[in-house]
Amino acid sequence: MMLVALSVAVWLGAWALNVRLSHSGLVKSRMGRLVVPAIFGLTVLLVWEGMVRGLQVPGVILPPPSAIGARLASEVPTLWADFRQTFVKGALSGYVIGCGAAFVTAVAIDRSPFLQRGLLPVGNFVAALPIVGIAPILVMWFGFDWQSKAAVVVVMVFFPVLVNTVAGLKATEAMQRDLMATYSATYWQTLLKLRLPAALPFVFNGLKIATTLALIGAIVAEFFGSPIVGMGFRITAEVGRLGLDMVWAEIAVAALAGSAFYGLVALIERRVTFWHPSQRT
Amino acid sequence: MKSILPIGVVLAVIVALWYAAAVWLNAPWIEDQAQRAGEPAPTFSQLLPLTMNQDRPVLPSPHQVVSELVTSTFGMAVTSKKSLVYHGWITISATLLGFAMGTGLGILLAIGIIHNRAMDLSVMPWAIASQTIPILAIAPMIIVVMNSMGVQGLVPKAIISAFLSFFPVLVGMVKGLRSPDQMQLDQLATYNASDAQTLWKLRLPASMPYLFASLKVGIAASLVGAIVGELPTGAVAGLGARLLSGSYYGQTVQIWAALFAAALVAAGLVATVGAVERRTLRRMGMAR
Repeated sequence: MMLVALSVAVWLGAWALNVRLSHSGLVKSRMGRLVVPAIFGLTVLLVWEGMVRGLQVPGVILPPPSAIGARLASEVPTLWADFRQTFVKGALSGYVIGCGAAFVTAVAIDRSPFLQRGLLPVGNFVAALPIVGIAPILVMWFGFDWQSKAAVVVVMVFFPVLVNTVAGLKATEAMQRDLMATYSATYWQTLLKLRLPAALPFVFNGLKIATTLALIGAIVAEFFGSPIVGMGFRITAEVGRLGLDMVWAEIAVAALAGSAFYGLVALIERRVTFWHPSQRT
Repeated sequence: MKSILPIGVVLAVIVALWYAAAVWLNAPWIEDQAQRAGEPAPTFSQLLPLTMNQDRPVLPSPHQVVSELVTSTFGMAVTSKKSLVYHGWITISATLLGFAMGTGLGILLAIGIIHNRAMDLSVMPWAIASQTIPILAIAPMIIVVMNSMGVQGLVPKAIISAFLSFFPVLVGMVKGLRSPDQMQLDQLATYNASDAQTLWKLRLPASMPYLFASLKVGIAASLVGAIVGELPTGAVAGLGARLLSGSYYGQTVQIWAALFAAALVAAGLVATVGAVERRTLRRMGMAR
């Protein structure tokens, strides 16, 4: 009971602190904008720990964060192997292939209004479908190893990137294209010097959506069959053995990998499209 | 109207490519069978019909999938375990329950966030960051943990759906509730409107376009959540279970039929939200 009371006290204290902080001048600074969510995150972890220990929730239902942290620290080699199998081999290679193919396709169909009118509605439609469902088929075709996961990722990231890139290639104004025409620029010069740079914000939007999809695709595809390594495999296997602290550790790795991947793409976007109004601060 | 012909051509090309791929992928099995039986390799014209109607093809031809889809939708009693209506309904009910829970929670939290600065500063960064996390990975755990607490069936799947639809709705609604500009807010302040009145008469109506945009994302995500939520229980019922049992037993036609059923359900759900959106926005004078 002590721990429960303590965690309630921690919660109330942190809440009051955050309310005070958010009304003070500190939040105007960059520091303050980081401190408040950080306090909130820490509070969630502390209350979680206190409640689980205080109410003696069994570890097979909800392990405390400390146990998850301990698991995370002691199982680094396994987690690293899973990470390499799922993220580096499955998600990353599929992401590169899928985004590359979508980009090339977008540039190709951009030349034909007929194809655009035909493919775009289909692409938009497919982008809303539960494409993860294709995973069992691709696992059958490409086997249990990472190739099938990469294939699922390719299919999943293809349409969002395609639709966004085509939209981006339309983003130039007639005035700008006319200017290129007065320079007597060829199609390729216009494409490289005007239309692709103008399309980049849209392309990056698609690429950012695709980062999350890539990781989801790679993990879910492993639910349908995988070698005995990989994040999706580990999650299902450890859930079966009720080793929930390992499952949470794996989820923490997935969350970290997902955010880092997204952050990396966002960082590249900042560097490449520094001229765009949304990137100027 | 202008785009019907191009879409038709694209779809026709896709079907044609599919048939070609079916012949190409299914032919090795036929040739293998012929070789084992000691017969000469079949000519192409003999091969063609054989690749179209195998029991367990590598890639079923489109008409096989369609006929499986039709027989398992209309040809079975609705209560039968082979009926796609039965499985589809299980998935749809979990999707809708989860969607309702996720949307409700998302809207409530968004209202809290715009009225409370501390909540905004502490929760919003996490809500945005959570979009980059593969939340679907927690699906098996939720199913098993709820199972061990004695909750089975619809609710665990709905919780996964709710998780997935919650964040898009939250982020969209915060944007939408903030969309009235300062002039409009000042106007209500001169009327001496309370926070609740501002919410009902200005912020909520103004947020509708944002709400529907995120509802469309949310319902598609809900369906994915419900389907994935059916996987770890080991192929009991639902479209996800059809996918899984099909992959266990090599029933490719069944997988494709379930996949198409899922696609139809997704299209139907998104179209329904879209229709409600159009009606609502037209009634509110916001139609574009």
